[in-house]
Amino acid sequence: MSEIIRIENMSFEYERDEDREPVKAIRDLSLCVEKGSFTAIIGKNGSGKSTLAKNLNGLLLPTGGKVFVKGWDTADDEHIWDVRQTAGMVFQNPDNQLVSSIVEDDVAFGPENLGVDPVEIRQRVDKALSSVNMGEYKNKSPHLLSGGQKQRIAIAGVVAMKPECIIFDEPTAMLDPRGRQEIMDIIEELHDEGIMVILITHFMDEAVRADRIVIVNEGRIFLDGTPGEVFREYDLIKSISLDVPMAVELAQRLRKRGIKIPEDVITSEGLVEYVCQYR
Amino acid sequence: MIRDITLGQYYAADSPVHRLDSRVKIAGVLLYIADLFIVDDFIGFGLCAAALCLYVVLSQVPVKFIMRGLKPILLILIMTFCLNIFMVDGRILWQWGFLKVTDEGIYTAVFMAVRLILLIIASSLLTLTTKPIELTDGIEKLMSPLAKIGVPAHDIAMTMSIALRFIPMLLEETDKIMKAQQARGADFESGNILRRAKSLIPILVPLFVSSFRIAQDLAMAMEARCYRGGKGRTRMKEMRLKGVDFLAFFLMLAFLAVVISERVVF
Repeated sequence: MSEIIRIENMSFEYERDEDREPVKAIRDLSLCVEKGSFTAIIGKNGSGKSTLAKNLNGLLLPTGGKVFVKGWDTADDEHIWDVRQTAGMVFQNPDNQLVSSIVEDDVAFGPENLGVDPVEIRQRVDKALSSVNMGEYKNKSPHLLSGGQKQRIAIAGVVAMKPECIIFDEPTAMLDPRGRQEIMDIIEELHDEGIMVILITHFMDEAVRADRIVIVNEGRIFLDGTPGEVFREYDLIKSISLDVPMAVELAQRLRKRGIKIPEDVITSEGLVEYVCQYR
Repeated sequence: MIRDITLGQYYAADSPVHRLDSRVKIAGVLLYIADLFIVDDFIGFGLCAAALCLYVVLSQVPVKFIMRGLKPILLILIMTFCLNIFMVDGRILWQWGFLKVTDEGIYTAVFMAVRLILLIIASSLLTLTTKPIELTDGIEKLMSPLAKIGVPAHDIAMTMSIALRFIPMLLEETDKIMKAQQARGADFESGNILRRAKSLIPILVPLFVSSFRIAQDLAMAMEARCYRGGKGRTRMKEMRLKGVDFLAFFLMLAFLAVVISERVVF
């Protein structure tokens, strides 16, 4: 079984007051995500991408259809903790997800909840902190750290639980460009170590780094494929008022002027490479 | 002003006091408070102050840091001082209208102020030298016998440790809201007390709303990290009492005995 997450005809509605219609956030969505892959989920505000993320580890339960994590139904109370251990989650706001006022204690929070042996927790915490380059901050207080550093602590807290998959719910949305870059590098490193990554984002330049992109619009899958395949649909993406990466945009404009740039050029590096060799 | 409150803030250092088991430190503060209320003259306070000084030196916390924690309670200190000085009967030293200062009044006022200052310093030293998590672990351990009669010891400790984590954050939030409103012309500094109190309402409402939002986010993050109460939970740092801890506790008890005998003798 190589797929970790399997979503079958899932729908999700937010309840509102009795006299008003519930809001349909997700409508009949099916998706499988393979072990060890790096998938980016993109969508506008209100497209349902964050709701989808919270359904992946049982923080929200679908109102229709099923979500399976490693074969466990997220609606099954018996395995909910297995589900959450398998699929860790990093949230948007770095401040609101740290529990403890000491960095290393916060990282230990997850393993402590799992009932891991104290000696092993110590090892896991040290390893997780050094994997996000925050080892020297382990006795500091989170409120003295920058947003990017806090987000790295949050990632370490999830890594220490040894998940097979980490869901990042817009982890860079509240960070400055430098913090954003740090977090993206760490996400790529974790992926290289074999952890499956699902990155929810609205930054296209981050999504390009994934090996699969799923665009969600109005609670449905709008486009799904490799970055090359997805960004080929330049006009479709623009039609739901989403942006494309800067390099794709530039390549498209150059094409309009008669320069034949191949469609698999989607990153800035790729474009620079091509333009340099263009004659 | 908002950053001055040191209560609940940890001062990182590697001193003998920092290394002491938090249970001993909590017991120490409780005993010290008892000491302060047993004492009934300035000789006793001298002893208490000397003991506290020794504790401060051992803790390696800079005095400047401790004094910063006293600033916010300065107002309370002045108020109790004034109340005592004018309200207590005795030999009248100075009188103006209904205001009178008596020798008893001065004595009581100074007495109370000293007691209050020592009390605050001792309790803020507890939080300055003990990581909040150790503190709440200590409280949890001290309360664990009560769990058998239905006291949710773990939950209380968890609630407290989260409160400690979010105090600096809520202060920052308050600062942010105040600045945002000052930028739009809000005035928190002028006017009488009633007006100033009224101008706080637009701060408290958004603060209240945002703390609910934070609580919701945090609850979700904790659930995502498999938090399910105290059951089946292990700890990275297990608490074990060492020889030093027993020694410190013995010294604290001995000091209590000294204070009691001082009161009996003098």
